[in-house]
Amino acid sequence: MGIYLPIAEISVNVFVLLAMGAAVGFLSGMFGVGGGFLITPLLIFYNIPPAIAVATGANQVIASSFSGTLAHLKRGTVDIKLGLVLLAGGVVGSSIGAYVFAILRSFGQLDLAISLLYVVFLGTVGGLMLIESLNAIRQARAGGTPALKKSGQHNWILRLPLKMRFRASKLFVSVIPVLGLGAGIGFLAAIMGVGGGFIMVPALIYLLKVPTNVVIGTSLFHIMFTTAYTTLVQSTLNQTVDIVLAFLLMVGGVAGAQYGAKMGQRLRGDQLRALLAALVLAVALRLAFDMFVAPGSVYLIASPGGS
Amino acid sequence: MRRAALLVGMLLAFTPALCAAPPPALAQQQVPEQLPENIQIGLSTNRVTITSDFSGADLTIFGAIDNADPQISRQGGYDVIVVLEGPAQPLVIWRRARILGVWVNAQSQSFVNVPLSYSVATTRAPQDITNPDSYKRLSLGPAYIYLQPEDRAGDPATIAEFTAALRERKLAVGLYSENIGGVQFLSQTLFRATLNLPPNVPVGTHKARAFLFRNGEFMKETSSSLAIVKAGFEQTVYRTAHEQSFLYGLLAVVIAMLTGWMGRLIFRKD
Repeated sequence: MGIYLPIAEISVNVFVLLAMGAAVGFLSGMFGVGGGFLITPLLIFYNIPPAIAVATGANQVIASSFSGTLAHLKRGTVDIKLGLVLLAGGVVGSSIGAYVFAILRSFGQLDLAISLLYVVFLGTVGGLMLIESLNAIRQARAGGTPALKKSGQHNWILRLPLKMRFRASKLFVSVIPVLGLGAGIGFLAAIMGVGGGFIMVPALIYLLKVPTNVVIGTSLFHIMFTTAYTTLVQSTLNQTVDIVLAFLLMVGGVAGAQYGAKMGQRLRGDQLRALLAALVLAVALRLAFDMFVAPGSVYLIASPGGS
Repeated sequence: MRRAALLVGMLLAFTPALCAAPPPALAQQQVPEQLPENIQIGLSTNRVTITSDFSGADLTIFGAIDNADPQISRQGGYDVIVVLEGPAQPLVIWRRARILGVWVNAQSQSFVNVPLSYSVATTRAPQDITNPDSYKRLSLGPAYIYLQPEDRAGDPATIAEFTAALRERKLAVGLYSENIGGVQFLSQTLFRATLNLPPNVPVGTHKARAFLFRNGEFMKETSSSLAIVKAGFEQTVYRTAHEQSFLYGLLAVVIAMLTGWMGRLIFRKD
């Protein structure tokens, strides 16, 4: 069944979109990530203009992160204060991101920037995660207890001035790295259409040393606001949010997430992380392939204000 | 997928054309200089609506030749080209080049007023109707339509290269199309043109134009306008996104939150 998307201005198949949403929802439920990093490239592969894929991807992530945040709030595994400080940085970063997005679009280099950022970030995060999880699996096989390395090399970051206490996370650290992290992820959210969970979770664990039990809840809490803010900014500045497209993806995603979460409970943590890493790397490789392989035509039509 | 045939035009002007046929035939001996031929098309509707299940459509336009010379008609000397030209917009075309192994947008050329879509139906293959010079002069057909570069003083070779690339890209995505044999004569004077509306047809005011040729010579042109609009819901969404963009964004956020919340209500386990 075809449906005409009012903003993307093309006809697409409803079932393809629902299935896409469900598949990404399944994976996001399984791995506890928003899934924005999967939905945006998938939409681009499905011929949705990149600018619209990015903005609509952010809109889609609100639904899954809101649903997840509610669950974590009930369990009390959200550090609201930490989330709000991250958010303050996120708002600044996201505004800058949307502005840079508009500039890149006017230069005709938006598609390249989106692909490059995806390849670099997904490649790095996926690679690091794969190494870490494979090591953990090997250690588990060897019978050792997998322990988080307590590296002291980032302590100077936490010792910067303007310290603040975060009770739920049992932290007393400088707000500068917290704001910086929030801003960096907000920036990426605006340009890549992602919530940034795949960067936020490792950053909270390894950089700020937030206890693992509040990491996912706090990250989802932050993602919900960042993507909501990004959606507002993108629709106001660039008019690139397609409500119909986002809604179809959300419906599939919300349903898929429930089954994904069940599947996720059956797998071990390190296996789950290795699978997620493989998935992230696969998306990065697919995008890199498109960047390096010769296009069908060397010519490309764009409207002056966008792609 | 359903391909709706939109019957847009039914010209009733053929009635006077048929009635008018006998007198010139009778008067032919006395007055060898007959009235000049004229071409007419009529649209019974001036609005085509794109609904949510739109997947392209065929557009049929009827028309007639007035004061046709029956002898030339019989010899097949008349040719008709019908064009549906979409709204014009400035466009940029990029040429990609490999830099450090990565394909990037390297060189661009801007054009002003490029029709977003351009669909043509002809009675015969274009080269059999008239010569390239005529097509160029009339700016007629996907291969000859004049595309004005923004920087007219630029290198002619570059402009020619990008112009050709622009035509080729538009044809490749189906926005420019040519339907040879798409115009059929139903009688000596009455014709029917079938034009293709691609699924990605741009919304806006389209111009339907019909060109009449007699033995390869351009005689007359006529035109009529056609609005292609999004259906109620799609149009409302589009307008809201552009005119009330902040409210639209807010609505997008609220819908997403409601969907997430509903999902939790339906599937909650805790």
